[in-house]
Amino acid sequence: MLTKRIIPCLDCDLQVPEGRVVKGVEFKQIRYAGNPVELATRYYEDGADEIVILDITASHERRGTMKEVIERLTENVFIPICVGGGIRKVEDYVNMLKAGADKCSTNTAAIHNPNLLTEAAEVVGSQAVVIGIDAKRRYIDDETQALDKNVIETDKGLCWFDCSIYGGREFTGIDAISWAQTCQEKGAGEILLTSMDGDGTKDGYDLDLTKAINDSVDIPVIASGGVGTPEHIKEAFTIANASAALAASIFHFNEYPVPVVKKYLKEHGVNVRM
Amino acid sequence: MITIINYNSGNLRSIHNGFTKIGYNAEITSNPEKIADSEFLVLPGVGAFGSVMKNIEPFKDLIYEHINDDKPFLGICLGLQVLLSSSEEAVGIKGLNIFKGSVNKIPYGRKIPHMGWNKLNVLKNCPILEGVDGKYFYFVHSYHANPEDEEIVSGITDYGVNLVASLSNNNCFATQFHPEKSGVAGLKILKNFVNLKK
Repeated sequence: MLTKRIIPCLDCDLQVPEGRVVKGVEFKQIRYAGNPVELATRYYEDGADEIVILDITASHERRGTMKEVIERLTENVFIPICVGGGIRKVEDYVNMLKAGADKCSTNTAAIHNPNLLTEAAEVVGSQAVVIGIDAKRRYIDDETQALDKNVIETDKGLCWFDCSIYGGREFTGIDAISWAQTCQEKGAGEILLTSMDGDGTKDGYDLDLTKAINDSVDIPVIASGGVGTPEHIKEAFTIANASAALAASIFHFNEYPVPVVKKYLKEHGVNVRM
Repeated sequence: MITIINYNSGNLRSIHNGFTKIGYNAEITSNPEKIADSEFLVLPGVGAFGSVMKNIEPFKDLIYEHINDDKPFLGICLGLQVLLSSSEEAVGIKGLNIFKGSVNKIPYGRKIPHMGWNKLNVLKNCPILEGVDGKYFYFVHSYHANPEDEEIVSGITDYGVNLVASLSNNNCFATQFHPEKSGVAGLKILKNFVNLKK
């Protein structure tokens, strides 16, 4: 059977030559984790199933640097690579794929122009079109407060999920569940789902969010945001039924290297590639 | 010479890098003379059945010639699917028809695309699959091949239903998965391919 994927994520600052991988809580308390090419190579050798590399500066001027990073990285890394940050036009997808990437993730540009997903899918195929959804819980007292939203019952009360753009700096009021379904119809082949509540907390993925989105679409969902332990990753698979789990700092700072996580998952009955 | 047909299908660099990694120099080209002269021919495939068939139109005769001469050929992903007669993805568009049969949508009731690492079960002796039975490979596809002749199916994978993972007939090989994205096991297949004796 298809295995569950473990995906290290490299948040890259491309304002220095070759880029550098950073990690911070909501972009505060930034720590440097290393060089993207070296880290990606280490994760590949460790048995990671895929690598996501995000340009956190998301600036169009740095496209060239990202391209060079991907070109160098894919000389030695033979697993799928997904690139995100600053993907705005079909041309950006094409250029990243030509550099050796397999998928591109977009969020803000797709919210502004959902047809970008369709246009990109026609050129590079749906499998290369990943939609990034960054969602935040909006708690309500009763459903009448959010009649046009998909309301979920959680341990902390009723809530719906609000899509954010520009790396969490702006909220759209768009319901994440409906948006996920729209993206699937428009041609997205996968969802990279980040919980804005969980991101950087190490308290675990937002399982309610992940399950709700996963149940409402047929395309695979990658859980992201909040992982602190291998048990959290297990829950993303066993409770929320995600297809893949993304994590950054637990890998970067060697708290739980990829082989340790995979061994834990296998021992707990999760089907992973060893 | 190893030749990768360039028909603007996205990520060709990775397959090229794969050959480089195992010590062989492959050439990405759309030059008909080079394709005609090539000893080993690789047809990658990303996108959709219809667009791939349209884009490989100028190379069709070269592909037929290469396969008819029984020179080693490797189709990857859509490069496998276009070897069949037709696809539900592009009704009315003819495939290369090297293998009789159709390409159909993966049955509903599971996540589509079939995306990620799945186990290869080798069904018959196939030189390019030597040493990789039971290994995991990276798949990403929404349609799957249904050849009429089951004898050509060299490998399958289990996605709730059995899906064709690889086809082989004489020196014509094709994989639904991406060997260039399947780590060490994938590189082993590329190595097996270039080690084929004509």
